Amino acid sequence: MPFIPHTDADVKTMLDAIGVNKIADLFDEIPPELFIDELTSVPSGLNEMELTQLIRKRAKHNKIPTCFIGAGAYEHHIPAAVWQTASRGEFMTAYTPYQAEASQGSLQLIYEFQTMMAELTGMDVANASLYDGATALAEAVLMAVRCNRKSKSKKILMPLSVHPHYRHATHNIVHTQGIELIEVPFDQTQGIINLDALTQYANDDITALVIAQPNFFGNLEHVDELTQWAHEHNILVVSVVNPTSLGLLKPPGLWGKSGADIVCGEGQPLGIPLACGGPYFGFMSCQQQYIRQMPGRIVGRTHDANGKEGFTLTLQAREQHIRRGKAKSNICTNQGLLVTAATIYLSLMGPQGLERVAAHAHANLQQLIAKVTALPDVEILFKAANFHEAVLRFKHPVKDIIKQLGKAGILAGYPLTEYYPELGECLLVCTTETKTDADLEHYVSALAQCLQKHNVNNATECVRSD
Amino acid sequence: MSNVPNELKYSKSHEWIKQNNDHELVIGITDHAQTLLGDLVYVELPEVGQTVEQGDESGVVESVKAASDVYSPVSGEIIAVNEELEQQPELVNSDPFGKGWLFKIKPNNLDELTTLLTAQDYQAHIE
Amino acid sequence: MLIFNESSPKRHAKSQIPATLPEVTGIPQNLRRQTAPRLPEVSELQAVRHFTRLSQLNFSIDTQFYPLGSCTMKYNPRGVHALASLENFLQHHPLTPDEHSQGFLQCLYELQEILKAVTGMQGISLAPMAGAQGEFAGVAMIRAYHQARGDHERDEILVPDAAHGTNPASAVMCGYKVHEIKTGKDGDVDIDALKQALGPKTAGIMLTNPSTLGVFERRILEIADLVHKAGGLLYYDGANLNAILGKVRPGDMGFDVMHMNLHKTFATPHGGGGPGAGPVATNERLLPYLPVPIVGKNKDGYYWQGNVDCPQTIGRLSAFMGNAGILLRAHLYARMLGRKGLPRVSCYATLNANYLLARLQEVGYTAAFPKRRASHEFILTLKQEAQDYGITANDVAKRLLDFGIHAPTMYFPLLVPECLLIEPTETESKQQLDAFIDAMQAIRHEMQTNPDQLRTAPHTLPVTRLDDVKAARELDVIYNFAD
Repeated sequence: MPFIPHTDADVKTMLDAIGVNKIADLFDEIPPELFIDELTSVPSGLNEMELTQLIRKRAKHNKIPTCFIGAGAYEHHIPAAVWQTASRGEFMTAYTPYQAEASQGSLQLIYEFQTMMAELTGMDVANASLYDGATALAEAVLMAVRCNRKSKSKKILMPLSVHPHYRHATHNIVHTQGIELIEVPFDQTQGIINLDALTQYANDDITALVIAQPNFFGNLEHVDELTQWAHEHNILVVSVVNPTSLGLLKPPGLWGKSGADIVCGEGQPLGIPLACGGPYFGFMSCQQQYIRQMPGRIVGRTHDANGKEGFTLTLQAREQHIRRGKAKSNICTNQGLLVTAATIYLSLMGPQGLERVAAHAHANLQQLIAKVTALPDVEILFKAANFHEAVLRFKHPVKDIIKQLGKAGILAGYPLTEYYPELGECLLVCTTETKTDADLEHYVSALAQCLQKHNVNNATECVRSD
Repeated sequence: MSNVPNELKYSKSHEWIKQNNDHELVIGITDHAQTLLGDLVYVELPEVGQTVEQGDESGVVESVKAASDVYSPVSGEIIAVNEELEQQPELVNSDPFGKGWLFKIKPNNLDELTTLLTAQDYQAHIE
Repeated sequence: MLIFNESSPKRHAKSQIPATLPEVTGIPQNLRRQTAPRLPEVSELQAVRHFTRLSQLNFSIDTQFYPLGSCTMKYNPRGVHALASLENFLQHHPLTPDEHSQGFLQCLYELQEILKAVTGMQGISLAPMAGAQGEFAGVAMIRAYHQARGDHERDEILVPDAAHGTNPASAVMCGYKVHEIKTGKDGDVDIDALKQALGPKTAGIMLTNPSTLGVFERRILEIADLVHKAGGLLYYDGANLNAILGKVRPGDMGFDVMHMNLHKTFATPHGGGGPGAGPVATNERLLPYLPVPIVGKNKDGYYWQGNVDCPQTIGRLSAFMGNAGILLRAHLYARMLGRKGLPRVSCYATLNANYLLARLQEVGYTAAFPKRRASHEFILTLKQEAQDYGITANDVAKRLLDFGIHAPTMYFPLLVPECLLIEPTETESKQQLDAFIDAMQAIRHEMQTNPDQLRTAPHTLPVTRLDDVKAARELDVIYNFAD
C-alpha cells in the first residue's frame, strides 16, 4: 500500500475504537447502489523503481532541440541554487501561509518578492502572484473595470500585437461579465500600435488600453506616447511586460507623465524552467490607490504581541474566503512555489545580472537577424526596435522550415500562420543569453541548407512542369 | 449589551438613521454591528452626488476577518460622506453613533422612514 | 533580516551572471531604463543561506502533521518529484511540435483516462490551473450549454451555505447570480429549501460531496433528480474527492461536470500556496464545451487538440497547458497507486478521520454532527468551551502549533460556531494520530488550569500572534528603501 503506513494491528485497534468491524462499515451512509467494482481501466500500481524505468524511457520521447522559440516562454540559465533551495521540503510542502506564526518563511519571502516586482515594474505595490501571464492579463482587465470609476462602458482596447493566447484567455475569462475587448490593429510596417489607430476612440467611453512591452512580435511599442494619449482620455493603462526585459527597458511606472496604472506579466523568465508549459506564475503590480481592487494574496509587515516584527497576509477581505460572491476574484491557490524560485533567482541575478542577461539576449538577436537576413529570401518583417524576438518572413512554407530544422536538432521558431495568416510565411524567433555563437551559426547554416534544398526542389519542379 | 439610542431609527441590516431635518438624514452602522465585525480597517463610502434607492448597497465596512455591505435605508441623493474614516476607520468602533457616521442623504420620500425600526424594535431584532 | 538589508552595492553572484555587458545598440534611449532596479546585491552563499533560513521558519508536510480540513495535506512522494524533474520534461518548450513531445503527451493522455475512470465522466480537460479555475471552467460550460440551447433565462446558480467561498465567487465571475441554500440540522442540504429555490431561473447547483461539513450527502440521487427536472445542471466541487476515491463516483451520483484538486487528492505539493491543478471532467452533455487544450490520440500518436478540433469549446484559460508539471506529478502518483491503490486512499483517509473523531469525543470534545459518520474529515465545535472557559477555536488552533502540529481549518464552514475542521489524510500513522489526540487532551486540561497559556499561544514559534489590524490599517507591503 503505497504511502499508507497502517499495520493490521493498527487497523484493528482503530476499528475497535470506532466500534465497527471493518473499514467498509464506515461508508454505510452512502447509497449502496453507488459503489463501483474495481477500476479495471486503470493500470496496476508500480513501485518507484518500476515507475522510474518506465518514465525514463518515456522521457526520451520528449526531445529537447536547441530552442529558438519564445512566444511567451523563455529559456534562461537557472542557477542550481534556485531550485535546490526552493525544493526544500519546508518551502515545497508547506501550505498557504494562513497560519502566520507557522509560515514566517514563506510570508517574508513573499514580502521580498512583492518589493522586487514593485521595483522592477516601477510601481507602488505588488501581489503574491496569479496563475500565469495570460490569466494575469484577464485579472488586470477585470481590475481596470473596477478601478476606472469615470468609465461605465467596460470597453477595453486590446491591440492585436498582444500575445494571441493572452487575448483569447482574457476574452474567455471576462466576456461573461459584459466586458468587451476591442481589437486594435498594428502598423504593418512597424509591427507596433500606431497612435493614429487609436484616435478614432478619442471621443468614446473606453475603460482601459492594454500595452504589451515588448509586444508579441518582440517589437518595442512607443509606450510614452500611448500612455499619455490614454491618460488624456481618462483611459487606464494596463501594461503587460516581460520581467527580464525590465533589466534594460523603462519600467511601466515611468511611462508617459504618470506611468501605467496596472502592470502584469508572465514570471516564467525569472528562474522557472520551460517544463512543457507550466507551472509558471503571473505577477501583478499597481499604483497605491488601486491596491484594494487588486486580486490575489498580499503580504504585509506588522508586529507580534511582543512588538517583534513579523509578516502576515493582509487585506484578505478582498478575497473569496471572506467576501465569497463579492470577492475581487475567485483565485485561491496561486503559484507560491514558483514565486519562491523567482525571488531566489532575482536575488542571485541582482540588478547587474538581470541587465546583462537582457543585454545578451538582445545582442544575440541582433547577431542572428544580421546573419539570416543576409540569406536570400529571408527578411525581417517589421522595422520597429526589438528586445529578444523578431518576426522573419520567408518565401518558403514555414512548415517545411520547421520540419527541416527540427531534423537538424533546432526549434526554428513559432509559426505565425495560424494567428496571423495575412502576414504570410512568418516565424517568430527568439534568442536568450543561453545561445552561443556556435548555436547561432548552426541555426544560420541549417536554415541556409534548408532554403537551398527548397530552391533546388522548386527549380526541379519548374523544369519538370516546363 | 450594545447601545441603542432611543432618538434614532434603524434598519434590519444594522444601519442607524438620524433625521437632522427634512432634507438631511445621517446614516451609520450600529454599535451592535461594529461589535460583531470587530476592529474596522477600511470603510468604502458612496460618491457624493450619487443617487440611491432604498436597500441599495452603498458602502462596505471591513474588518480583518469580515466585510459587510452597508445598505441605504432610504432612497435619495448622497450629499456628504465622512471623509475622516478614510484615515481613521476605527472611529466607527469608538463612536458609532457620533464621529463614526458614514454618509448623509437628501431623501426623496420621507414616508420611507415609517418602514424603519424604532429603537425598541431594533433592540428586539438583535436579541 | 530582509535580503535587502544584506546587500552591498556592486556585489553579485559572479558565476551566475554573464561575464560582460554587451553594448545595446538596437533600443532607443527613450525606451531604456535610466536607473537600476534596487534588487538584492548578494553573493551566492548569502542568498542560499538567507532563503534556507527562511524555509526553516515554516511548518511543512515534511516536518509537521497538518490536520487541515478541506485541504488534504498528504505526503508528497519524492520519487514523483524526481521523475517530473527529468531534463527532458523540464527543458521542453511548450510550443515544441507534437512529434517531439510524445513522452509528455502520453503521460497526460493516460492521466485523462485515469481521471475519467475515477470520476465516472466521459471527458476531461486538464487545462484549469487550480480548483477555482476548474470551477470557473465548469460553470462557464454550464452557461455555454444553456446558451447553445437558446435557454437564456437561467441566470442563477444555487450554492449551499456551507460551500467554499470560491463557489459563489466563481459563479459570479461567470456572470451568474448566487442563491444560497440552507443546510438542514443533520448536515445534509435542506431539500425543502432546495425545492423552493429551483425553477426556470436555475442554471445549476454547485455541491461538494461529502460536503464541507464532513458528511456524505445521503439524498444526492434525489437532489440530482430534482435539479435535472427543473432544467438545471449539477456541478461537483472535487475538494473532497479524497473521501470517495475509487469507491463511488460523481458521474454515478448524477453530476454533469466537476473539477478535481490534484494538489489535494493526487498528492502534488502545495508549495506554500500553489501551484495546484484543477482539471474538469464532464458527462456526455457538456463534452463539446470542455476548455482547450486537450490531449488527443490518433494513428500518428498523441497531439494537442485546440479550437479547430473542439469548435464549441469555452476556449483556452491559460497561455499554454495549465500547470503542466503538476499534471505530470499527478499522473506519476496515480501510476504508483494503480487500480488497487486508489480506492485504498479513501478507505484509510476515512478510517483515520473516524478514529480521530471517536477518540476526540472520548477526550471530551463535541462533534458538530455526532450522529453522523465522518467522511475523510469532521467538525468539532468549541461552543461549550467558549462559554465555560472563554477559549475560542482560534486559541486551540494556535496552541496546537506549540505541540508541533499545524492548526486545523478554523471558522469554516461559517455556519458551525467555534469550529475546527479536521482532516488527517491516509498517509498519517496511528502513532501520529495518537500524538495529536494527546495534544488535544493536554490543551483541554490547560483550558481548565491555565487558560491564559492558550489565549496567548503560540509561545514557541518565531513570532507570537501578529497584529492583523495594524497590518491592514498601516499597510506596509513593500520594503521602503529609505528606511
